[in-house]
Amino acid sequence: MVSFTPTDEQQQLVDIIRRYAVNDVRAVAHEADETGKIPEGVVETGWQIGLVPTAIPEELGGFGEMSAITGVLAAEELAYGDLSVAMAVMAPALFAYPMALYGTAEQRENWLPMFLEESPAPATAALLEPGVFFDPNDLQTTATAEGDKARLNGVKACVPLALDASVMLVYAKDSETGSTDAYLVQRGTDGVIIEAPEQLMGLRALPTYRVKFNDARVDAPCKLGGAVGSNYETILNRSRVALAALAVGVARGAAEYARDYAKERQTFGAPIATRQAIAFMLAEMAIEVDAARLMTWEAAWKLDKGEDATKEAYLAKQYADKAVLFATDSAVQVLGGYGFIREFPVERWLRNGRGFTAFDGLAIV
Amino acid sequence: MPIDFEIPEHVQKQADMARMAAEWVMRPASRELDENEHQRPTAFVEQLWPFMRDMQKRTLEKLTDTESSQPDSKRPSTTTLRLMMMIEMLSWGDAGVYLCLPGGALGGAAIEAVGTPEQKQKFLQRFAEGEIPAWGAMAMTEPGAGSDTSAIQTTAVLDKEANEWVLNGEKIFCTNGKLALDESDGLVVVWASIDRSAGRAGMRPFIVPAGTPGARVTKVEIKHGIRASDTASIVLENARIPADNILGSPEVQRDGSGFRGAMATFDATRPLVAASALGIGRASLEFVKEKLKENGIDIPYGLPYHKLTAIQRDVLEMEAQLRAAYLLTLRAVTLLDAKAPNNLEAAMCKAKAGKVVTQLCQKAVEILGPTGYSREWLVEKWMRDAKINDIFEGTGQINTLVVARRILNYSSKELQ
Repeated sequence: MVSFTPTDEQQQLVDIIRRYAVNDVRAVAHEADETGKIPEGVVETGWQIGLVPTAIPEELGGFGEMSAITGVLAAEELAYGDLSVAMAVMAPALFAYPMALYGTAEQRENWLPMFLEESPAPATAALLEPGVFFDPNDLQTTATAEGDKARLNGVKACVPLALDASVMLVYAKDSETGSTDAYLVQRGTDGVIIEAPEQLMGLRALPTYRVKFNDARVDAPCKLGGAVGSNYETILNRSRVALAALAVGVARGAAEYARDYAKERQTFGAPIATRQAIAFMLAEMAIEVDAARLMTWEAAWKLDKGEDATKEAYLAKQYADKAVLFATDSAVQVLGGYGFIREFPVERWLRNGRGFTAFDGLAIV
Repeated sequence: MPIDFEIPEHVQKQADMARMAAEWVMRPASRELDENEHQRPTAFVEQLWPFMRDMQKRTLEKLTDTESSQPDSKRPSTTTLRLMMMIEMLSWGDAGVYLCLPGGALGGAAIEAVGTPEQKQKFLQRFAEGEIPAWGAMAMTEPGAGSDTSAIQTTAVLDKEANEWVLNGEKIFCTNGKLALDESDGLVVVWASIDRSAGRAGMRPFIVPAGTPGARVTKVEIKHGIRASDTASIVLENARIPADNILGSPEVQRDGSGFRGAMATFDATRPLVAASALGIGRASLEFVKEKLKENGIDIPYGLPYHKLTAIQRDVLEMEAQLRAAYLLTLRAVTLLDAKAPNNLEAAMCKAKAGKVVTQLCQKAVEILGPTGYSREWLVEKWMRDAKINDIFEGTGQINTLVVARRILNYSSKELQ
């Protein structure tokens, strides 16, 4: 039965996150972007909303509810606050969700309880690689099996919070079989070099790192899911859907801000929103935000049904990538000169929005 | 109910039946009916009439059965959803022929949306019984009044002695006007002013049945697309109809509430126009993919930008845009079935579907090169058919304006 209404529980969660996004996140977003640092306590507060623990299996103390739909609803609200903060709050999921989905019993017991703690678990994942021609289905980072150990070689880019991570999942291609899997790499592993924080156009408050693997030897049981491995395609799909939802959140923030601004800003004796040239931009922004959201919801719904969501996730991501750029660019345009000034948030949203086409693997639901 | 995109089985089944009509009856006659404008799709009408009649009979029973229309039935209706899926499928077959679907069409929709129970019973009955089909139509546009409905010149004056409305004016671009007035015992819902000084607040729809003296079809347009459908001019010269044939209140409320009530029709019909656009869009997209496949080009999902060819990017963009329009339409329809306000969502889906399907079909012709442009295939026809969806039931611009007013919370005066 077709319905576009979240459950009461989902709505409650959305309301909580919206309050957090508006009161805690928006309040610090500008400063965080300017200083390249999220003020103390903000990520912790977001973490304590409890998004990730919900997904941890019941037998390990969580709620065992890993719903992509709940995930996209939450992601949109978080990104409505600020994309850097949203990604920082969600970063531990990059490790926890694939672990909950595909970890062996032993791996799950070892690694999942830390996600039930009060403060964010220091865990992340490395998927993206530097270069112009990145293809998540053709990773250049390789894993060479040596008995039950493996040797990793390659370079990863945009690894969020890598410096503080005690453990990360590193996606690499098996140098013999060609299949892509995730490998658990702990802090201090020989041959792992975490470089200085990356300097990006946007996401300035989120510390991301380039991480090099020079014959990094990871011990057994280092492959996620053991001999069985994991379903990389599903992980990619879940990532695409999460990113699409984050893009919707950024786009909605920009569309609403421009709408409210246009009702206030006067030219020639009337608010600019009363001019069709502006009103039509606002209308189209609203349509694109809604369309991108519906595409994202549909893909998430398919994931939750356990069906192949490759097509829906891909198209939703493609769509949302364009929608967020359109909405944020239009918002800058509506604000005119003010839109170009960093004191106003829309230029930040445009910088953040531009990144989505390059963000493979930076979030997951 | 949680977020869910599952089309119920009974809705899907009905769409599957429509697919058979589309494949076996509509597509084979498509080219001929396009080349010979106004030739009637007789086989289609004959095959579909019993089905449409029974469907409209059930709808009418529901509409007039006050018991079941009470909110005690917790399961939301799927009436509009079924209609959306059927229209999408039939328009995949042939959008011009689909418009000849026997039944009340936009006229029927107006009566369903704002008619009294008595009016529904009296005027919708003709679409729900008998061996001979009947059509409904809606006449709003005039030579000097398109998007600006407040400029409508047609007048309705109440002759109190005869207890009749007397209509005078000229209507143009009336889809199915000829089928409704000349070729069946149908009806046309005609928009006229009961008080010219009141502007939009004085506008009302009137039910003008076939056979009304003084109401006649004067012209049938030659068109760019949907050539199987007639687009008629109707002249009203002292056309007399019973006093009860007015939809909505005969009083002019200065707050415009009478007009707004009538405009609610569009919230119901716009998603259905969007649905028709979606069907044409899907036909074009499927055809393009099929032809590309024959030429060794697959459309993969999941590749990065640099690994896609320009054609693959185009087709993926077409597919994503079409899905977006579909989902916006699905939402507008779902709200309507739940009897929830959908003015914003209806305008959104219509604006989006009208635009993207027009562009999609134009791109389809481009991708297929000289043969795409040839009348040998149907893509060029679909492109011509698609364009109307960005024009009727409110142009893309009017629907965008409605969206803007809704999100800005502006009246039509504040945002013109």
